[in-house]
Amino acid sequence: MTDITADTEGWSCPTPPRDHPVVVMGHGGGGALSAELTRHLFLPAYGSEALRGLTDSAAVTLGGARLAFSTDSYVVRPLFFPGGNIGDLAVNGTVNDLAMSGAVPAYLSCAFILEEGTKLSTVGRIAQALGAAARAADVTVVTGDTKVVDAGHGDGVYVNTAGIGLIPEGVDIRPQRARPGDVVIVSGPIGQHGIAILSVREGLTFGTEVVSDTAPLAGLVQAMLAVTPEIHVLRDPTRGGLATALNEIATASDTGVILDEGAVPVPEAVATACALLGLDPVYMANEGRLVAFVPRKHADAVLDAMRAHPLGRETAVIGTCVAEHPGMVVARTGLGGTRIVDLPLGEQLPRIC
Amino acid sequence: MKYIDEFQDPALARRLLDDIARTVTRPWAMMEVCGGQTHSIIRHGIDQLLPENIELIHGPGCPVCVTPLEVIDKALEIASRPGVVFCSFGDMLRVPGSDRDLFWIKSDGGDVRVVYSPLDALRIAQQTPGRQVVFFGVGFETTAPAIAMAVHQAKRLEVRNFSLLVSHVRVPPAIEAVMRSPDCRVQAFLAAGHVCSVMGTTEYPDLADTYKVPIVVTGFEPLDILEGIRRAARQLERGEHRVENAYPRAVRPQGNPVALSVLREVFTTTDRAWRGIGIIAGSGWRLSDAYRDYDAEHRFDVTCLVTEEPAVCRSGEVLQGLIKPHECAAFGTTCTPRTPLGATMVSSEGTCAAYYLYRRLATPRMEETASVD
Repeated sequence: MTDITADTEGWSCPTPPRDHPVVVMGHGGGGALSAELTRHLFLPAYGSEALRGLTDSAAVTLGGARLAFSTDSYVVRPLFFPGGNIGDLAVNGTVNDLAMSGAVPAYLSCAFILEEGTKLSTVGRIAQALGAAARAADVTVVTGDTKVVDAGHGDGVYVNTAGIGLIPEGVDIRPQRARPGDVVIVSGPIGQHGIAILSVREGLTFGTEVVSDTAPLAGLVQAMLAVTPEIHVLRDPTRGGLATALNEIATASDTGVILDEGAVPVPEAVATACALLGLDPVYMANEGRLVAFVPRKHADAVLDAMRAHPLGRETAVIGTCVAEHPGMVVARTGLGGTRIVDLPLGEQLPRIC
Repeated sequence: MKYIDEFQDPALARRLLDDIARTVTRPWAMMEVCGGQTHSIIRHGIDQLLPENIELIHGPGCPVCVTPLEVIDKALEIASRPGVVFCSFGDMLRVPGSDRDLFWIKSDGGDVRVVYSPLDALRIAQQTPGRQVVFFGVGFETTAPAIAMAVHQAKRLEVRNFSLLVSHVRVPPAIEAVMRSPDCRVQAFLAAGHVCSVMGTTEYPDLADTYKVPIVVTGFEPLDILEGIRRAARQLERGEHRVENAYPRAVRPQGNPVALSVLREVFTTTDRAWRGIGIIAGSGWRLSDAYRDYDAEHRFDVTCLVTEEPAVCRSGEVLQGLIKPHECAAFGTTCTPRTPLGATMVSSEGTCAAYYLYRRLATPRMEETASVD
């Protein structure tokens, strides 16, 4: 037996730093730090009412037309990954942001920021992929820009795309419109993009290759809207994953969400990878999935339409919107317990053991 | 999914819960030693499903939580030096030192990298011979063998730009410290299965005998934990105090001989400070004399760096199972994962963080109760 010298007088903890005065990686993680940056720094600086909704794309009116307008930057590393590359991601990401307003995407801009020393063949492959993805999504790239930064000041290629599309008459899809009683639907298995990127970036293998789900969702959304224009909310759970998307909707609409954890489709390889690394699939990024809040009376018809679409075959009902615990997502665990599914702080960190 | 789904089966969980309910006739308090078990208990809502007379006390087994402030400050000091590549497991990056964390150092220009294995850090050292690569060696007996192997390989391959900042801790002395506390209420332990998969179970019979306490080696999936609780409850009801292995698919009594061999070559036991608790004799590992050249504390001359922890939170009491997180006045108000006052709120395996993430809504009103059958 050992001697114990426990310093009971000094059982205490230090006060850690409360705020970072500089940008940290978590500010780009899509979680609470990202939200704070937007809310406390960007929104006051811009002073724009249109931004207050914090939707994936802004709904604006121009010349009598209702337009969805969105922009996104892509800084993915590596540039090529199983199931996609930065080029098709840059198209699908912006197309999906437009589609989440119910818009029919029409035109894209595309800006390349290239690092000195990057092979032109690499840039060419990305441009080809971007063009092919645009054609597949039925959008046209109509304007662009190129900048070059010094070697060592970028990861080879960064891409920014912006897009506009037309919102059909009678469609009003926003996070604020979630209502108690809405059925919460996800269009397929979650976590594939996040794990695909992680596996190639870190050289990890999980038995089966995990392929990104990157895909344009506008066609699926149109199929859903053909059933009813009364869909309340659409969101593509990209950075921060399903948990972040649901939290943002709960906060914006001041409703609660009950998530049926056992009903959330998680591919086996994603679940394995997450279990090994101590990550939670509900926080992993997706690039070809959507979450929908649909009035109960339309839910079955919308589900049928989604399952009939190639990108919605594995659509699942994963929860309900409720009046209780507004602003919060509560999961019902497989065993019958409950837990809060919170907004992540920044990026998920693989744990020690 | 093989090895995971089988151990989350709701019907089997219900059967175990019923068996536990039939077994217990009076209140019992048992401690799950490991933060991974705490996380799993809270994440799956196991504590809500147990009979009321089983109290789970959360133990000190979160390596992130118990790494002393002094060591974090040494890490920050080393990581901020030019020419250093500082490698760490992911969840150490957010742990606050006296005034900063490793994310801060990274955003300030430090080369701080997350690795998944200490051998990755060694590879970085081989690929960047002009720079000093330091690996932050934290964790219990689970992580120590791989870290020992990295140093062993560095010496064998004569990689001289690689070193370790070591803050490894051992579980058995921590169990003993908990039992010797005058306020201890723990009547049984769920020992950490992955620790025992390395070390075996030979360290526990003495503890079970001395303190008359059942120790059940337990895994991490819901059914593992329920089986551990069931066995511990059965012993308590019968007045027994044995070591039982409820995790035989991973744990052999003799442990992992290869891992033990490299551990004994590279490390030697030492007194170690536990954040929030204090020094526990013989509770840590340091590099043995043969590997002293690979000790980052000496290489970067930070051995004398001493810090003092101001008394602002009750993390130490939480770590010892003396209070539950919500019994601390700061919990969920001034102390959150965004603004943690103590390490137990920082790590995903920290008890306070687990409570905050999964339990701060005290009794969520659910639309309906899920069936587990």
